[in-house]
Amino acid sequence: MTFPGSLDDRDAARAVRLAGAEPVTLWHGDRGLRGVDAAILPGGFSYGDYLRCGAIARFAPVMSELVPAARSGLPVLGICNGFQILCEAHLLPGALTRNAGLKFITRDVRLRVENPRTAWTRAYSGGEQIVVPLKSGEGAYAADPGTLAALEASGQVVIRYAGGNPNGSAAGIAGVCNAEGNVVGLMPHPEHAVDPLTGPSADGLRFFASAVAGVAA
Amino acid sequence: MSSPDTVAQAAATGDLPQPYAELGLTTAEYEKIVDTLGRRPTAAELALYSVMWSEHCSYKSSKVHLKQFAAKAPPSDALLAGIGANAGVVDIGQGYAVTFKIESHNHPSYVEPHQGAATGVGGIVRDILAMGARPVAVMDALRFGPAAAPDTARVLPGVVSGISFYGNCLGLPNIGGELDFDPSYAGNPLVNALCVGVMRHGDLQVAAASGPGNQVILFGSTTGPDGVGGASVLASATFGEAASAKRPSVQVGDPFTEKLLVECCLELFAGGLVVGIQDLGAAGVACATTELAAAGTGGMLVRLDEVPLRDASLGPPEILMSESQERMMAVVEPDRVDQFLAVCAKWDVRAAVIGEVTDTGRLVMTWHGEPVVDIPPASAADGPVYRRPLARPAAQDTLAADDPAALPRPADGAGLRADLLALLGSPGLADKSWVTDQYDRYVRGDTVLAMPEDGGLLRVDEATGLGIALATDGNGRYCQLDPYLGTQLALSEAYRNVAATGARPLAVTNCLNFGSPEDPAVMWQFAEAVRGLADGCAALGVPVTGGNVSFYNQTGAVAIHPTPVIGVLGVHDDVRRRAGIGFPAARSPAAGSPAAEGAASIVLLGRTEAEFGGSAWAHVIHGHLGGRPPAPDLDAERRLAGLLAAAAAAGLLAAAHDLSDGGLAVALAESCLRGGTGCAVRLPGDPFTALFSESAGRCVVAVRAGAEAAFGQLREAHGVPGETIGAVGGDSLVVDGCFAIPLAELAAGHAQALPALFG
Repeated sequence: MTFPGSLDDRDAARAVRLAGAEPVTLWHGDRGLRGVDAAILPGGFSYGDYLRCGAIARFAPVMSELVPAARSGLPVLGICNGFQILCEAHLLPGALTRNAGLKFITRDVRLRVENPRTAWTRAYSGGEQIVVPLKSGEGAYAADPGTLAALEASGQVVIRYAGGNPNGSAAGIAGVCNAEGNVVGLMPHPEHAVDPLTGPSADGLRFFASAVAGVAA
Repeated sequence: MSSPDTVAQAAATGDLPQPYAELGLTTAEYEKIVDTLGRRPTAAELALYSVMWSEHCSYKSSKVHLKQFAAKAPPSDALLAGIGANAGVVDIGQGYAVTFKIESHNHPSYVEPHQGAATGVGGIVRDILAMGARPVAVMDALRFGPAAAPDTARVLPGVVSGISFYGNCLGLPNIGGELDFDPSYAGNPLVNALCVGVMRHGDLQVAAASGPGNQVILFGSTTGPDGVGGASVLASATFGEAASAKRPSVQVGDPFTEKLLVECCLELFAGGLVVGIQDLGAAGVACATTELAAAGTGGMLVRLDEVPLRDASLGPPEILMSESQERMMAVVEPDRVDQFLAVCAKWDVRAAVIGEVTDTGRLVMTWHGEPVVDIPPASAADGPVYRRPLARPAAQDTLAADDPAALPRPADGAGLRADLLALLGSPGLADKSWVTDQYDRYVRGDTVLAMPEDGGLLRVDEATGLGIALATDGNGRYCQLDPYLGTQLALSEAYRNVAATGARPLAVTNCLNFGSPEDPAVMWQFAEAVRGLADGCAALGVPVTGGNVSFYNQTGAVAIHPTPVIGVLGVHDDVRRRAGIGFPAARSPAAGSPAAEGAASIVLLGRTEAEFGGSAWAHVIHGHLGGRPPAPDLDAERRLAGLLAAAAAAGLLAAAHDLSDGGLAVALAESCLRGGTGCAVRLPGDPFTALFSESAGRCVVAVRAGAEAAFGQLREAHGVPGETIGAVGGDSLVVDGCFAIPLAELAAGHAQALPALFG
């Protein structure tokens, strides 16, 4: 799905292709989801991140189709800016705030898969550690204490930073899902870890493979 | 709004005094304008000439020297467009072409570091876009005053955040560059931004307004009062006391608009909707209209009142001089205008038809119907040419006589160890992660190598593995000692860095940062540097495809070290066969993997002499700059590059790292730290010379276990001297008979230096 200012859309499309599926481009200004089996909201700076990251994108025409589809079970993955949009659209709880160090961070981070049962993590095993790039200026996950406790209790924390908390995220949370597990938001970028030639590992590919296998099943 | 000065008024009031000196024009230049026009210029014409004839836009002091790049250019069949275009275009094979260029944004970055650096990125990206290419990566070469100086703490973080903000939001990976510190850059930081773009051969666009009746469209951001006169006021004058008063001359960047502009332009090109295109950079509308007109049919009519403004009080002179960012100008056939505007609307890019191409030979601009500009466009586009006086300064001999051979050297292994740790912890050689972690190096998914590697390496074609390598290098200390040799050393280093990835160097761009051209000593440095680069490129067989000159980098009478920054582009036949700088961890045979292999052996390539003039060792340990720089050996560089490309293609190399600042000692430490693996070496000859000399034409490689004989034969076939000095392995850097340093100790000072300074 491409918004004005989306940047990692071609990377997400490549990851889908490498996972064995056919990527379909969705344009922010169009209505209709072109019959896709799953949707990815890529990283970038939609609408320049003006006002607040993801705050304008949630009102894009395509979102009026995506939100009900997601509530009906369509697998949806939001990466970085896509995660921010899903939070702004209330498909996921919490919010992303400025990094603790107030600087943009690009770093290969070690992550622990906490919930291997979502539509996007089924190909991982619980507790498995993976290395994926993080690159964001507003990547600190935040939620009120009640929400955090509920997320932990219900297993909605999908991945957690395992090698130190790079950005001040609450409870080291790097990704969460909705109660049903079909909508997942990740701050790190699995689409940049699909080939050791261009990334730190190929660890990220299984996020995409998970959804492809789920759709095929 | 007061009514503007029209052509009719100018003809009627010939003796009206005009503020040409305030706009940076000399009396002789003003008189030349009056001669050309046969009357005094209008206020708008005066504004136009003042920016077009500024040093920044006209290259009036440098032109006579820059001619050598074309005159001495080696024969090359790789050039599709050369000097004079917005950026040179190089054929890399398989139907792909690459365009790249480096440009300075030094002065704006000192006045307002964040916006100055950000708009430097934006400007060079539009240059690449205007050639018809998709911009695919950026790099930046940065130099600041002493790292511990309070002003550096203001300028450096702002520059880095500006590059980070703009480049990241634009979605361009930042794949490399340089960072150095020297007192000569205090008050004159150097912020040089490079952009590279990729296109298919047929996609090349031209910057010319041809075809009378074709429409002229201005699109992108609206025009505001930001950056009025940036080229003349900021970039073409020496800073005095009141630099902060020049802040209104700095532009303000909006990378989101630029991202839309990039996608919009590429869709316009793909649709064949553009006859000619020019980016708006220095001198804004004045430059775009005069250059398009001068390069095309020769005439253009522009209705300045049609320019979309963000400040309605702007009149013709301000509109012409404004350097508002994120704007482009296109020439479009009349029956394509509707399609053109529809593409702009899709991308939310504002566009306005502001004029048309004519065959009158005149650039005419009107303001609500009244002519306010009526000039022959070439008179503004070509500008004056100066042959400035140049004189080798007498101090050059004193400097050369101050031989570093007299400096006290470490007496034993403990002293060598301490000097290496001091070098690794010095700001210029320290780990640059504090800077580079703020840049996105992953976006677009084609980055194979990025900092701290020797060169950036990008994949261009996923199916074939075709790629491009890029490196920028400069060394102000070498150039201060000898600008001719110093420039050749910078060229050699960038060339070697590209070769170290396994790529074949193809072409050269440059950003020539110097003091005031009105100082004969600076002009001598400049002339020597240009001569050195032209001769060097001829010897290496790589043509200069374009570049940029930045003069007036001085505060008062003190100029910066002459600092030509040289960018080299290479082609990599298969990026999967790249060589990185990190020593590989020996894979354990116990794992039972078929790929299990023994320790890689370390081979030092090239010849080492006792060369310490301008070296990092002399600078960091003794604060010394004197003597002669190392002697470049361009023939040896060429042979070394040939060997590296052949060895990488044959899969013999586990790592390759060029030797430059800090010599073998720093190179070994960097390769150990990058790979997370130690090494043990035995040094030939005097250990101090072996470790810290900066002789050119050298590289250290890790040869895969079992490939030693094949590599040795290849090395001899290419005529490159070399010897095996040790092997990769362990968790320390061990120099036999001298010292052992655990990796953790090597890393500590190296990693902590910049965070300790900048937070």
